[in-house]
Amino acid sequence: MKIDNSLPLEYSTEENRLKILGFWIFLGAEIMLFGTLFASYFTLVDRTAGGPDGAEIFKITPVLIETIVLLTSSFTIGLAIHAMRLGKKKAMLAFLGVTLLLGAGFLGVEIYEFVHYVHEGAGIQTSAFTSILLTTLGTHGAHVTLGFFWGLFILLQVKKRGLTPETANKSFIFSLYWHFLDVVWIFIFSFIYLKGMM
Amino acid sequence: MDFFDRFAIPHPSPAIYASMVAIGLTMIAVLAGLTYFKKWGYLWREWLTTVDHKRIGIMYLISALLMLFRGGVDAIMLRAQLATPDAKLLDAQHYNEIFSTHGVVMILFMAMPFIMALMNFVVPLQIGARDVAFPRLNALSFWLFFMGAMLFNISFVIGGSPDAGWTSYFPLAGNEFSESVGTNYYMIAIQIAGIGTLMTGINFMTTILKMRAPGMTLMKMPMFTWSSLVANVIIVFAFPVLTVALAMGTMDRLFGTNFFTTDNGGMDMLWANLFWVWGHPEVYILILPAFGIYSEIISTFARRNLYGYKSMVFSMVIIAGYSFLVWAHHFFTMGQGALTNSIFSITTMAIAVPTGVKIFNWLFTLWKGKIEITTPMLYAILFIPLFTIGGVTGVMLAMSAADYQYHNTMFLVAHFHNVIIPGVVFAMLAGLTYYWPKMFGFMLNEKLGKWAAWLLSIGFLLAFMPMYITGLDGQARRMYTYSESTGYGPLNMVSFIGALIMAVGFAVIVYNIYYSIRYASRDISADPWDARTLEWATHTPVPEYNFAVVPQVNSIEAYWDSKKKGQVLFKDKYEKIHMPNSSGVPFIMGCIFFAWGFSFVFGLWVPLILTTIGIFVCMALRSFEKDHGHYISVEEVEETETKLRGAK
Repeated sequence: MKIDNSLPLEYSTEENRLKILGFWIFLGAEIMLFGTLFASYFTLVDRTAGGPDGAEIFKITPVLIETIVLLTSSFTIGLAIHAMRLGKKKAMLAFLGVTLLLGAGFLGVEIYEFVHYVHEGAGIQTSAFTSILLTTLGTHGAHVTLGFFWGLFILLQVKKRGLTPETANKSFIFSLYWHFLDVVWIFIFSFIYLKGMM
Repeated sequence: MDFFDRFAIPHPSPAIYASMVAIGLTMIAVLAGLTYFKKWGYLWREWLTTVDHKRIGIMYLISALLMLFRGGVDAIMLRAQLATPDAKLLDAQHYNEIFSTHGVVMILFMAMPFIMALMNFVVPLQIGARDVAFPRLNALSFWLFFMGAMLFNISFVIGGSPDAGWTSYFPLAGNEFSESVGTNYYMIAIQIAGIGTLMTGINFMTTILKMRAPGMTLMKMPMFTWSSLVANVIIVFAFPVLTVALAMGTMDRLFGTNFFTTDNGGMDMLWANLFWVWGHPEVYILILPAFGIYSEIISTFARRNLYGYKSMVFSMVIIAGYSFLVWAHHFFTMGQGALTNSIFSITTMAIAVPTGVKIFNWLFTLWKGKIEITTPMLYAILFIPLFTIGGVTGVMLAMSAADYQYHNTMFLVAHFHNVIIPGVVFAMLAGLTYYWPKMFGFMLNEKLGKWAAWLLSIGFLLAFMPMYITGLDGQARRMYTYSESTGYGPLNMVSFIGALIMAVGFAVIVYNIYYSIRYASRDISADPWDARTLEWATHTPVPEYNFAVVPQVNSIEAYWDSKKKGQVLFKDKYEKIHMPNSSGVPFIMGCIFFAWGFSFVFGLWVPLILTTIGIFVCMALRSFEKDHGHYISVEEVEETETKLRGAK
């Protein structure tokens, strides 16, 4: 494996560079995926069929907690990558661990939120609006869940194998994914929750 | 017994039971044959676990030919039923099932893998690379496609075929009107294959953008590689839409959600829109690589460089952009209003401009060329006029006001077969013939090949030109029969005869393969067509590592210039070559996906959860795996190279 030391560790081999570009392209596909969900959401948002609409079921407190937790986790994953570039394995692991804990916290609140919706009579079968609402939120939540385990595996690998071109590459790609989920959440927060509560 | 009742066919016929037996016997024969000839190890080592793009390409090719047979049999049954008025060969339900599976199989499980086959085999060779960017992912893509296709194909013997058309419009495809599990098969099998295709898109975009030989700038790429790049960009941006639409459809059918239902706020037109936001770009995913193949073949056999290289590239990029802006033309009659219809009319007609540019470029390439009519060239020459007819009727259909006359008639059926058969299928057959020597080390028989090309063209004209007429006369598509008083009988009989002639054409191709395997000379050069691009610069058969030395490129037709102008392609000395390791995981994951899909179709929740866990376990194992590939030593490279050179 040819290692180019003039570049950061995660970019240092040809294979690493391919993987980073490939992942950016994958994120392009993910934008289309969420774009389709948002387009469907805007199409179906007023079709509540006598069931509750957004204003009736959205509660600002859990949503704000989720937003703050997830935005903070995006900051901490940034710190983790920064630590990685400085070669500080321990700090990197600590920030990655905090990121995952925040991710788990986000998921906890989201599960509470979903239970609350079902209690309010807004289950996935209630109306076209609730179907697309829970599917959009659920798709994002599923991404966070997958990211949680993926990040956990990377954490274990960095811990065991140290910061190699391979683990650095994985961590960097994971950080791209995590930031992306945050961007999606900002759209969810603005266009689903805030717009729905207005 | 209640448990097993769900697997019964809801609407059986003797033909289905016969195929059930035939499938069972074939599988036993294959398994017995593999055991008897002790080929299990060979199959596992060389094929099931391979990550070599060339072998994956060949597996795509075999799958595509098998699916061509399946879709072709469907087509013959449809035409036989319509050949005479009031025919009783098929009933309405069987007719519905057959046209639905014919469409899905031909587009998603025949045309797509055929394109993937050529892309996989040719693109890395054409850009002077040793494999694709992510070889393991490439194998997974293939196995997901394959398992999706197999899952779809077992539907007619287990549980019932989808019967809501290849477009599966809701509410027809909802539980209320499609009670059998057939549409579940549609949703889930296409989902699995679609995920594979999306991965291919990412893989090939990365490969083409990052792994070109030194000196090959974007504007020096061969045209097939350009067309593949554009097609893969479309894949990456179109397939996620399908993913979402299919997921919503699945949830509507299995979890009682209300996306496309008619009550509780659901909106059936949302499906139509999402389906075609993917579906229209999809047809360009098929046709652009076909255009790429024609460009290669026409310039090779006209012995001229491709006319208007830059305009070829720009026209493809423009077509790709437009492909996302025309989807509503598939349902002009469904009430979006005059303004929307006008906009989509205009964007649709505008596509004819860049397509026309390409047609003229091919004609100008032929102009004053020293044309040599080989089988691939014959397909290309037949393609130009036949495809142009399809393009012109496409512009007719694009006029939204006139579309009220054409919509849902045989005119439309004639149009899209007219672009897909001479456009895509001819290109794939031409590409098959053209690249066959590179793939297998011998050439297909020219005489039989030309017979097949003519039979297919004549059969095509007889089968589809009458449909334009009956369509304008009002014969609706997807109707299983018609009365004698309509007067459609004679023309439909002509169509049936055309379909039979096409079947003979395909039989000739199969015979040609058999004949050439037995009798064709193995003593051919690595460049039997005197071609122009890099894939011909390496040996036949292509060694595992493709090129012993990475070629250095400084013109569009690097290989041609090295032959004619003495440019040196291979300058460096041999070095050890890094290659990826084979892996059984993609195949195993494919199998788990098959079980996952099957459980999903029938709502078997426990196996579904277990297989879901299985899929994630495979992914987790991959995350922890240390796989750095292996090296081929300089001595091994030297040995292989001497052997391959000596073999000539």
